[in-house]
Amino acid sequence: MTAAHARKFGFWAFVALSLIALGLSDLESNRPDPWNTLLALGRGFLTPDFGTGGLWYGAALTVAFALVGVLFAAAVGLVLAPFYANPVVRGFSVTLRSIHELFWALLLMQVTGLGPLTGLLAIGIPYSGIFARVFADLLSETPQSAASALPRSTPRTSLILYARLPLAWDQIKAYALYRIECGLRSSAVLGFIGLPTLGYLLETFFRQAHYSQAAAVLYIFFALILPVRLWMRWHLTPLYLIAALWLLAVQKFPPMGEGALIRFLTEDIIPAPLRNGGELLPWLTKLLETQALPGTVTTVILAQVALALAALIAIFGFPALVPRVSGRIGSTIAHGVFVVLRSIPDYMLAFVFLQILGPSLLPAVLALGLHNGAIIAHLLGQQSRGLALRPDAPRGLSLWGYELLPRQSGTIWALCLYRWEIIIRDSAIMGLLGLGTLGFFIEKNVQELRLDRVVVLLLVSAALTLVVDHISTRLRASMRLRLGPQSETT
Amino acid sequence: MGGIAHLEKRTLGWGETPVLTDVTLDVGIGERIALLGRSGTGKSTLLAALREEVEKTTHRAALVPQDLGLVPQLSTFHNVYMGRLDDFGTLRNLGTLVYPRAKDRGEVGAILASVGLPDMLRKPAETLSGGQRQRVAIARALYRGGAVVFADEPVSAVDITQGHHLIGMLHERFSTSVMALHNVDLARVHATRVIGLKGGRITFDLAAADLTDALVAELYA
Repeated sequence: MTAAHARKFGFWAFVALSLIALGLSDLESNRPDPWNTLLALGRGFLTPDFGTGGLWYGAALTVAFALVGVLFAAAVGLVLAPFYANPVVRGFSVTLRSIHELFWALLLMQVTGLGPLTGLLAIGIPYSGIFARVFADLLSETPQSAASALPRSTPRTSLILYARLPLAWDQIKAYALYRIECGLRSSAVLGFIGLPTLGYLLETFFRQAHYSQAAAVLYIFFALILPVRLWMRWHLTPLYLIAALWLLAVQKFPPMGEGALIRFLTEDIIPAPLRNGGELLPWLTKLLETQALPGTVTTVILAQVALALAALIAIFGFPALVPRVSGRIGSTIAHGVFVVLRSIPDYMLAFVFLQILGPSLLPAVLALGLHNGAIIAHLLGQQSRGLALRPDAPRGLSLWGYELLPRQSGTIWALCLYRWEIIIRDSAIMGLLGLGTLGFFIEKNVQELRLDRVVVLLLVSAALTLVVDHISTRLRASMRLRLGPQSETT
Repeated sequence: MGGIAHLEKRTLGWGETPVLTDVTLDVGIGERIALLGRSGTGKSTLLAALREEVEKTTHRAALVPQDLGLVPQLSTFHNVYMGRLDDFGTLRNLGTLVYPRAKDRGEVGAILASVGLPDMLRKPAETLSGGQRQRVAIARALYRGGAVVFADEPVSAVDITQGHHLIGMLHERFSTSVMALHNVDLARVHATRVIGLKGGRITFDLAAADLTDALVAELYA
């Protein structure tokens, strides 16, 4: 099949799958009066209340978890990257990053409790796997000339240190900075499962219907994440790091009992039939049938509808970011809207929508679609502004229809396929909000202290991510789509 | 034969397309070979092939490639030190990246001064001019040392007096050399043997003293 055929076929398959998924998903708003909540929320945004105790401490802890977690992961990733061609290292990194930060946190909490180590590792572990892959790509894509000027007998590590690392260093720093931004999102969201970051405060205030305080939390979050490139200076890193470590070290948290790790490893995660005597296979079959399967189906359906929405938002939204289409003022406004949408974590967005619309897949679809659509649109807008157009090219929507959209169609495909894997991961955790995806079953078992089941479900979730990643890679290859690894998609 | 490298009826090139066909060549110890010919006739290809041959033996080779192979972000010291990475362990190399030893700094500093770059140890390579970068690449080869140096237009970016001086320094350090040269006068002064490349093959291979103006005129015609 040629690349053109593959794209045409892929397009119609995508439309069909999205429609089927739409038909299968429950999108009904269950809240009779969404307008009341919306109005109250709007009033909260107009009258934010920054006076509550713990607000600034929560903000500081959010930054501390993000910084320490991401920098730790970057260091691990840097050590792993040169060995990434090794199947063991590769498999290890892939496994680390196929499990979402929130799931890692749920698991780690059984060992390290609500202490700082949980937050640090929940971010640090999956990010290490991501860094290893991206750094390996960056190192291998450096110019060859310096390395080939060295004698063949140069030790590999020395060669990488001298002739590859310095050449990739700027890109490595740029990527790490982008990841710190992601880390802030992850760190805030960790609050939803009990760590004392901004997410915790947001959830508490919402539950008490204190919308002015909730709005203040969101404002503080934006005040941290929007100018991250201004305050995150590399020469200040040591200073930040010391402050962050101190903050985490003095943090008070409920103590864990002695031997939590040993108990976790030798008892908790051992399948119940092996511990108590009984048949392993029926236990596993039942778990897969009654929890893993429905969870996976809902996860896939949610991801498909969300991806379709993200694609629509991206396709119709990105021209708004191009001044030649929407004018200078229009593109500035659009830029502001998209920045907010891609800065707020989709989980947090889903939580807010859930409070307004009531429980159904709709809040999650909207959150995932808006957040991911805004990211794709942002990247498309960036590329579109860089396109070399003929001087007499049209303006407005004609430019979009005749130049931008056709020229960017390959990129749109590639970005959507990249995002698919991320949306699957994030769809799984939406279950923690009470929707029927894998996260729902994982949290249920955590609460019942059935960690053996949790581990099995986490493996299912990791496998699902890997399968989607594999299909996405294959599709991109057959459609001849390629993006640089440093683009902010991974 | 006692040679340093030997090619027998070889076809050389990148991938499918041959650049040079039917190449037979011996490089003897103590020879100073100049490769002449217009650009694109395969001088770099021949140098690469000879280097491959030497890498298979126990002879130590140093290199001044045409694109220099410097790491722009690193200091001139580190770019020169890179010539000996394979002599030291990884730990020592890692340490040197963070903090160079005084002894290494002195040694590299002396070599840099001798090629006309005094007091420039800390400057990143990307801040240097074209001629200065070429000197750093030559300094890296001098620091490495060995039985033979392969140099591809090593002095194309410096003036002719400096060019003579730098090639003289390479010849003091290496008993054997193979250099692609853009300037026939440099070849006449420094080489013992000259090889002309044209139309995908070797057109002459003689003692430098036998190089006539007519041969040169025809080579570059």
